[in-house]
Amino acid sequence: MAPKIGVLALQGAVAEHERALRDSGAEVRKVRRPAELEGLDGLVVPGGESTAMARLAAPVQLMPAIRHRLDEGMAVFGTCAGLILSADKVSDAEALVGFERIGGLGVVVRRNAYGSQVHSFEDDLEVTGLDSPLPAVFIRAPVIEEITSPSVEVLAEAHGHPVAVRHGRVLAASFHPELTPDYRLHQLFTDLSAG
Amino acid sequence: MTSTAYNYGTPSTGATTVNTGLAQMLKGGVIMDVVTPEQATIAEEAGAVAVMALERVPADIRATGGVSRMSDPDLIKGIIDAVSIPVMAKARIGHFVEAQILEHLKVDYIDESEVLSPADYVHHIDKSKFQVPFVCGATNLGEALRRITEGASMIRSKGEAGTGDVSEAMKHIRTINAEIAQLRSMAENELYVAAKELQAPYDLVRQVAHEGRLPVVMFVAGGVATPADAAMMMQMGADGVFVGSGIFKAGNPAARAAAIVKATTYYDDPEVIADVSTGLGEAMVGLNVSDLPAPHRLAERGW
Repeated sequence: MAPKIGVLALQGAVAEHERALRDSGAEVRKVRRPAELEGLDGLVVPGGESTAMARLAAPVQLMPAIRHRLDEGMAVFGTCAGLILSADKVSDAEALVGFERIGGLGVVVRRNAYGSQVHSFEDDLEVTGLDSPLPAVFIRAPVIEEITSPSVEVLAEAHGHPVAVRHGRVLAASFHPELTPDYRLHQLFTDLSAG
Repeated sequence: MTSTAYNYGTPSTGATTVNTGLAQMLKGGVIMDVVTPEQATIAEEAGAVAVMALERVPADIRATGGVSRMSDPDLIKGIIDAVSIPVMAKARIGHFVEAQILEHLKVDYIDESEVLSPADYVHHIDKSKFQVPFVCGATNLGEALRRITEGASMIRSKGEAGTGDVSEAMKHIRTINAEIAQLRSMAENELYVAAKELQAPYDLVRQVAHEGRLPVVMFVAGGVATPADAAMMMQMGADGVFVGSGIFKAGNPAARAAAIVKATTYYDDPEVIADVSTGLGEAMVGLNVSDLPAPHRLAERGW
């Protein structure tokens, strides 16, 4: 049976993830309220602005609800802003203070670590488990500064920092696999959700 | 390395995947006009996905008159320092040196905007010469495609800025939607003449006909003043909204900003929109577009 995967749809690159997940064989729906997490095997937390998503999630307590489902076994895939919301710690968290995040990924991230938009870039990455390089688009991307759990597996690095990691049922990338037609990372997540 | 973005991005323009992609990350969000670092902080606190730094909001530009230009670099730097979300800033139509200054200041997006006084009544900025992305206004599909050809990475339908009257925003998004629907229904061999009539390159016209949407993200702007206005634009198919004078010309800017953000996310849920619309205080006073004499209609700037 196709795994049921949600895409957090508060704001950001939602349609792009929906398309990549459908292409990978998942049954997909949007999530904007805690009740919509029911029965999901996986959830994608997309790229967008983490500050906006954290504020939109707060009134309905969506972040703790996602964490609860993660602890129950739902898989989570965070890209860019989704990585920031999944990380256990954010080193420059001023604009996120007072708002709950998901957590569960044993890393420390820094938001906008590369600087403004003129420093955004594209790269081809060697990814553990993929047999050829993966095109990766980094847009005002966060950096994983530190890994704080021995269970975190680094799947790819760029410029000396981990950029794709896995920690149990959490997959995360500081780039945007939803912006390129190469959906192998989504396939990996769909398989992780099903398993 | 270049790659083709998910149903966006096109070989015939200067726009890169990182630049069209940043606009994709802003989707479903609200971009707010701010004139001080303090306002920028209020916007970020309310959940804005980006701020537009400018010296005067459009309502004040209308009231003051005269030539309206790019903001003082000091003001823009102050706003960049104040927030962690992307910062956009406006350059005059055709004013490529203002754009060079804004790129040097490291703004995240340049808005080549009809809200400022045009610097060139024939040519827009050659946006393909810049690394920083551009958003441009459009009132119809041909205008949007001409801007994309020049290198714009994002389109904003113009509406009529500084009025608080949403009718022009509605007119422009309806026009663009209708023109796209018309292209979709055409036979392949009719697209050559369609391109001629739209005054836009054939390749882009064909792409729109096949995909049924613009090749870049399109937000709506110009006259959005209430949560209901924002939700209506989202239901019309906008990717997000710009709110200019509507927030900081209203009674309680912080509450109104947060309410518009929420209404944009839950745009199809009247219960949420009713809830956030309650007790917001006074909306901006507003001007009826039909009362504006033609020379004062900003949407007519741009060619």
